[in-house]
Formats: sequence, structure tokens, C-alpha cells
Amino acid sequence: MPLYWFLGPLAGLLGVGCYALVGSRRPRSDAIVYGISFLCSVLALGASLTHLLTAPAASTLTLPLGLPWSGVHLRVDALSAFFLVIVNLGGAVTSWYGLGHGRHEQAPERVLPFFPAFLAAMNLVLLADDAFTFLLTWEFMSLMSWALVMAHHRQAGNAHAGYVYLLMAGMGTMALLLAFGVLAGADGGYHFADMRAGLLSQQAAALVLVLTLVGAGSKAGLFPLHVWLPLAHPAAPSHVSALMSGVMTKVAVYGFMRIVFDLLGEPAWWWGAVVLALGAVTAVLGVLYALMQHDLKRLLAYHTVENIGIIFIGLGLALAFQANYLNDGAALALSAALFHVFNHSLFKSLLFLGSGSVLSATGERDMERLGGLIHRMPWTALAFLIGSAAISALPPLNGFVSEWLTFQAILISPELPQWLLKFLVPAVGAALALSAALAGACFVKAFGITFLGRPRTPAAAQAEETDTRSLTALFVLAALCVLAGILPGLVIDALAPVVASLNGAVRLAAQASQPWLTLVPLAEAKNSYNGMLVLLFIVFSGFLSALLIHRLASRDARRGSAWDCGFPDDNPAGQYTAGSFAQPIRRMFGSVVFQARERVDMPAPGDLRPARMTVSLRDPAWDYGYLPLIQVVNTVAGRLNHLQFLTVRRYLTLVFSALILLLLGLAIWR
Amino acid sequence: MYGLVFDIAHMLAGGMVVVSFLLLYQDRLYALLNTYALHALLLALVVSWQAYSHDAPHLYVTAGIALIFKAIIIPVVLHRIIQRLGIQRTIEQVLGVGLNMLVGVLLVALAIIVMLPVTAASEALVREDLIFALSIVLLGLLMMITRRNAVSQVVGFMSMENGLVLAAVGASGMPLVVEISIAFSVLIALIVIGIFLFRIRERFDTVDVQAMDAFRGERP
Repeated sequence: MPLYWFLGPLAGLLGVGCYALVGSRRPRSDAIVYGISFLCSVLALGASLTHLLTAPAASTLTLPLGLPWSGVHLRVDALSAFFLVIVNLGGAVTSWYGLGHGRHEQAPERVLPFFPAFLAAMNLVLLADDAFTFLLTWEFMSLMSWALVMAHHRQAGNAHAGYVYLLMAGMGTMALLLAFGVLAGADGGYHFADMRAGLLSQQAAALVLVLTLVGAGSKAGLFPLHVWLPLAHPAAPSHVSALMSGVMTKVAVYGFMRIVFDLLGEPAWWWGAVVLALGAVTAVLGVLYALMQHDLKRLLAYHTVENIGIIFIGLGLALAFQANYLNDGAALALSAALFHVFNHSLFKSLLFLGSGSVLSATGERDMERLGGLIHRMPWTALAFLIGSAAISALPPLNGFVSEWLTFQAILISPELPQWLLKFLVPAVGAALALSAALAGACFVKAFGITFLGRPRTPAAAQAEETDTRSLTALFVLAALCVLAGILPGLVIDALAPVVASLNGAVRLAAQASQPWLTLVPLAEAKNSYNGMLVLLFIVFSGFLSALLIHRLASRDARRGSAWDCGFPDDNPAGQYTAGSFAQPIRRMFGSVVFQARERVDMPAPGDLRPARMTVSLRDPAWDYGYLPLIQVVNTVAGRLNHLQFLTVRRYLTLVFSALILLLLGLAIWR
Repeated sequence: MYGLVFDIAHMLAGGMVVVSFLLLYQDRLYALLNTYALHALLLALVVSWQAYSHDAPHLYVTAGIALIFKAIIIPVVLHRIIQRLGIQRTIEQVLGVGLNMLVGVLLVALAIIVMLPVTAASEALVREDLIFALSIVLLGLLMMITRRNAVSQVVGFMSMENGLVLAAVGASGMPLVVEISIAFSVLIALIVIGIFLFRIRERFDTVDVQAMDAFRGERP
């Protein structure tokens, strides 16, 4: 698929963004903007899918824009085609959702111009083939998403979220800029082809790895650079949250993979250890953070942190295997990571869109004020349930497959020769298992408290089911989750060219030819998985047990109990809450990680005020990372403050001394 | 580029450094302005000699600009300003003259040490020109920070600009557009500075910048 197929949709997206700048206050302008965004995304999705499935050679294009002596280089190869599929699939679904959901928007002029521009920017990042274009479009993407985060800037906390996001995005781009500077070397070859051909020393390559981890990792949400993510993602309108969480973090993963796997050349073994350790810490802490949250969208944002950790575990394993020339293992780990990228984009978009429907139906994000929504919004509840099961890695859905593949890669890690990796990888496996289990608990909480039980507020009691367009978007994603879960072989085969291009032409064996569509990553003797059979088994046993219960139990005589099943009075506040659900886990892990303290304020006998229990949590990333840093910056700034009030002659003396010092340095060290 | 041609270029550019030292030494305003005019005149000579010896006619324009603007208009205007301000025409220096000259010599030595290895590949005249230019820039800066009088700070600034033109001409010659725009920006700077001088004078009855420091509540 030649590259110019992508230019039309891109021009369409940018054009409709410009139209929205002037026309966003007109009636039905949201239909125009989202409709055209949907069409452009579908076209680009078709082009990128064709490129991924037919796997032709990379196609390049140079546009006479940008810097006069270099121009804008664009290129689409297997890796960027795969991520283009993710971006445009997410773009198409969220645009379609926007067609229904956009009517609830109070400030369309703050959303409509930036939404298509954001989509176009993410596409452009994936197409960029030189450092200048990459950084420019990356920053454009950050700015557009920042504008969307600030759409409801008068709500409490949103301005702060935007500020933190802007700072972190600026720092990340700076790190990437430096990484590209090191990659380009002294000769300044900023075209990706020059960087691919260039050879770096060990130290320089390690520096690039660290800078990329900071730059791409801060956008993706690696611990401890994740702090902006749970602030900014929930602040944006819900379909934008879906894009930011489900898709933009994947663009960051693409940046990491493009630099580390493609441009940087052969890895050293300890790179894998670093990435693995970061991924494991991110996965466990992400889900622990999520468990402590009672805000639905913020919970989902913290889950993005967890899933990014899982993806980076796969990438770290791939690096470790590649460094030891175990390319079969690397193919497995890479496939797992890419599959999880795809899966997470599906179910995280689904969940954010579902929470958007809940938000527009009830006006609430706080789970403690929801409840019983399955009666009022049954279809949303069903889609949200499928997404919850998928993100909790339950078979036969897609989340299980990618985490299972990651475990398969962990299980062959004894082949690695380095002792550090031999010890580290099983520990990472344990962390991955822990995070998967905690994610299950977390989504039992999220779904159970939000949709089950009885409504806790009048707003939840009077919720209306969302419109059909939004529901279509939800169910398209849910269907894709199920399909990718029961037919994982097809996805693995589609990923094969991407894996081969990053892994010295080694890929997993073709899965489509396996009998019964079984997934056999390495050899049948080791492990295999068949989602279809699991689905059939679940359906069969589910029907059987439902039948048995119905036959044996439902028709049995019942007797009403005196205490009314734990609800002696009819007060919905007596139900299990999100806080009480998370309490055991908060006591087990939170007391160490978050220094969770519970304080019970029990009134004396005879005192009529209610008893209170307050829980205090502290965020280690802020306490030990950012707050001391802010303190240092403030102190230094305070000390240097008097530099603002010097006399003219002293300023000149400062300039003069700096010049003399630099010249002296030049004279001495040259 | 050898023999007489080189010697003359060398002498003129070296003369500019010597005049820079004279600027550093002057402690009366009129003498300072006259010396500055000499500085600019030497610059015009250097540039026109370069134009002649390299057969680069566009440099004559640069030389003309230097002669008209810097050697004639700016000194004359500054003369008028000083006359109309009626200010005291001796200059307080922060450092003593002897110390000042000593620091200046050290700066020239520093310029030589820095520039010689950097320009090892270039031809001799370019190396000399760059060394002289850096020395003039450093001396101009030194003058700006060791004088308390606003007018002499302006002169220091202008002599720095002469050094920059010398460097540009010596290296490869600069595009005419750049040269003209620099000349105009210097003129505009002169106008702005002139207006400021009047304002300072109106308000403080002096052009000693220490008065401004006192006004801002700083220690003198």
C-alpha cells in the first residue's frame, strides 16, 4: 500500500480540524467533525490493515515541507502499519462514539478543533522517518491532547492536571530530543536510515536507552513518570480519554520500539534487565494504585499504567533474548508485547467509552455514588462487563492470550545465560501474576460497585441507557475483544511481519494452519491454548449449571428470612462500598506501599455524632520523587532570586566573567 | 596575500587593538569620542583594504557605512548630546587606569591563546583578524563594565560592534544585507540610547548610572 493512501485521510482530518476552528459553534457541526473523522480513520485503517496483511516492502515519501535542506520524510513499514491499525481503529470507534456522545458536550468549541488534529498528529508520529518530523509531530500530539485535557478547564483540578501534563510532556520530548541527538552523532544524520546505519559505542547506546525510557516512558506512563496520566486522562472528555489512554500510550510504546529495537542496533543483556524491572514495578504499582481509587475514570487511567508495565515486561524479555541471540524466545516475547498493545487499545477504549456513557447518564465518576446501573443501562453494563473480563485476563477473552504468551516467554527464560536475568525473570513472572490477580479484584470492584447492587444516589437511580451510536461503538470493541480472544492465531499471524522486521527475520510459526485454530507458540509438547474450546466449554458448562440451578434450586420452596438477607433497613448506604471492597488489599499492600493509615473516630457513649473512619494514603512517587525535586527547585530559585535585582554593570560583569571562563576553558582543555 | 598586502592589513587591524587600549585609557568624554571616531576610521580602512586586496567590491559599501555612520555621524551626535546635557566631562572609573590596562593585556593574551589553535587550518590573515577582533570585543566589554558613565558605556558597546564587523570581514566577508541591517540597528540603538540619556539626565541630573542604582533602592 503506497504511502500516499494515508495522505488523503490525514489532509481530511487536518482540514476538518481547521473547519471546526471557525464552525464549531454551528448546530450539527459535531456531526460533521466526527463524521469526517470517522470516514478518514476508516480509510486510513483500511490502508494500514492492507499494508500489514500483505506485508510489502516499506514505502517512503519525502514532502517538500519543514526544514528546507531535509524536507519531511515519511515511511510506512510493518511496525508503523501495525500501530497505524491501532490508532485508526481507536480513532474510528471513538469518532463513531462521538457522533452519539458529542451532543452532551457543553463546550464543543474546545473539543471539536483538536479532536481530528489529535488523530492526525498520532498518525503522523507513526509515519515520521526523520528525527525532526518525529519530534515535531510528537510535540503536536502532546499539545493537541493537552488542549483536549483543558477542554473543561473550569472544573476543579483540571487546570492542575493540564499543567502537570504539559511539564511532563515537555520533559519527555526534551529527553527524546537528546536521544536523537546522540543517535545522530556528530555528523548529524537525522534521517532514520542514517541512524539505523550508524554504529554507537556501548556508552552512547546505553545513554540513548535511558533517554528513550524517560522520553517515551513518560508518555506511556512508566513508574515513576506516570504521575500526569491519572490526572490528565480522566480530565479529558470521555472519548478523548479513550484515545489518550488506549491509543496515545501505544504511540509512546511505538516510539520506544522504533528507537530501541529498530534504530539502536544490537542490545546489551542488561538493557533487558532494566526494562523488565521497570515494567514489573509499573505493573504491580499501577494496579495497586488503581485498587485504591474510587473514581471510575481515574481507576481506568491507573490500569493503563499497569498494562504499560505488562507491555514493557514483554519488551524487556525480547531485549534480553535478543542480546543472547535467542531469537525464538525474542519472537515470542515481542509477539506477546505487541498482542497486548493491541488488546489494551481495545479494552481500555471500551472501558473508557463505557465510563463515558455512565458519566453522561448520571453525571458521576465516583463509584461510591453509583450502583445498580445494570437495571437502567443493561447494554452498557454488558459491554463494560466484557471489557472488565478482558482486562482482568479471563479466558476466553483477548487479555488472557497476551498475558499467557508473556508467561510462556517467562517460562523459557532459564535458557538465558546471565545469572541476574535467571533470578530476575521469575520474580518478574511472580509480579505479573500478582498484578493480573489484583486487576481481577479491581474490576470486580469497578463493575460490581458501579453496575450491581442498588443505586446509591438519585442520579444513579434515574440514569437512562445511552444512545445507539455510542452502544454500537462499545459493542464493536467488545466483539473485537471476543474475536481476538477466541481466534488469537490470526492476530499472531498478522503480527508476524512486525516481529520478523524487528527480530532478524525470526518470527513465530504460522498459526493459521494449526488444527482447530489452536495457539502453539513454540512446540506442541510445551504449551498450547485454544480459545474456541475454552469458549465452548464455558458456554456449555455455564448453560449446564444454569439449567441445573434452575431445575434444582429455583423451583424449591423458599422461606423469607427474618433479617432480610443482610438488608434490615432499605438504605442503599448499607451496601458494600468500593472502599470496603478494597480494604483487605489496602491493609495488606497499601500499608507498606502507600503508608495507608486508617483512623477511627468513635464518639463517646452518649455522644450523638456519627462515628467516622478516615483513610489516608500517600503517593510514593510524589513523596520520594517529585516533592523533594520541587523543593530543591524552589530553594535554588529562591537563592537565585536576588539575581533579578542587580545593577546594569553587575549584569555586564556576569556576562563578561562567563565569557572569560568559557574562553579559559577552551584555552586550557583544547 | 603576502609581503606588503599582508603587512598593511596586519598594521591596520593591529592599530584597531591599540586604539581600543586608548579608549580604555581615556578619562575625558570628548577625547573618548574622538578616539572612537579614530577606531571607526581604522575599521573603514581595514575593510576597504580587504576590499582592494581581495577584489571584493561589495566590501567598499561596508567600509563606507563604517566611515559615514560610525566615524562621523555617531561621534558628532554624541558630541552634541554631551554639549546639550552639559554634564561633567570627566569619567569615573571603577578600576584604576594601570590595573585596567593590565587586565586588557591579559584579555588580548587570552584571545591569542584561544584563537590560535582553533584557527590552525586557516590562512594567516584570517587568524590575525580573528584574534584582533576577539581582543577588541573583550576590551569593549571590559570598558563597559569599568565605566560608570552611560556615554562611555555606549562607546564601549559601539567599539565591540566594530570588533564584530572586523571578525566578519576577516573570516569570509558578510552578506551586504546583513551588514546594512547591522548598521541601521546600531543607528537605532544610538537613537534609543540618546533618548534614554536625556531622560536619565532629566530625572537624575546626571548620567552616572550609579544614580539609577540608588534610585532602585540598591546600595550605591
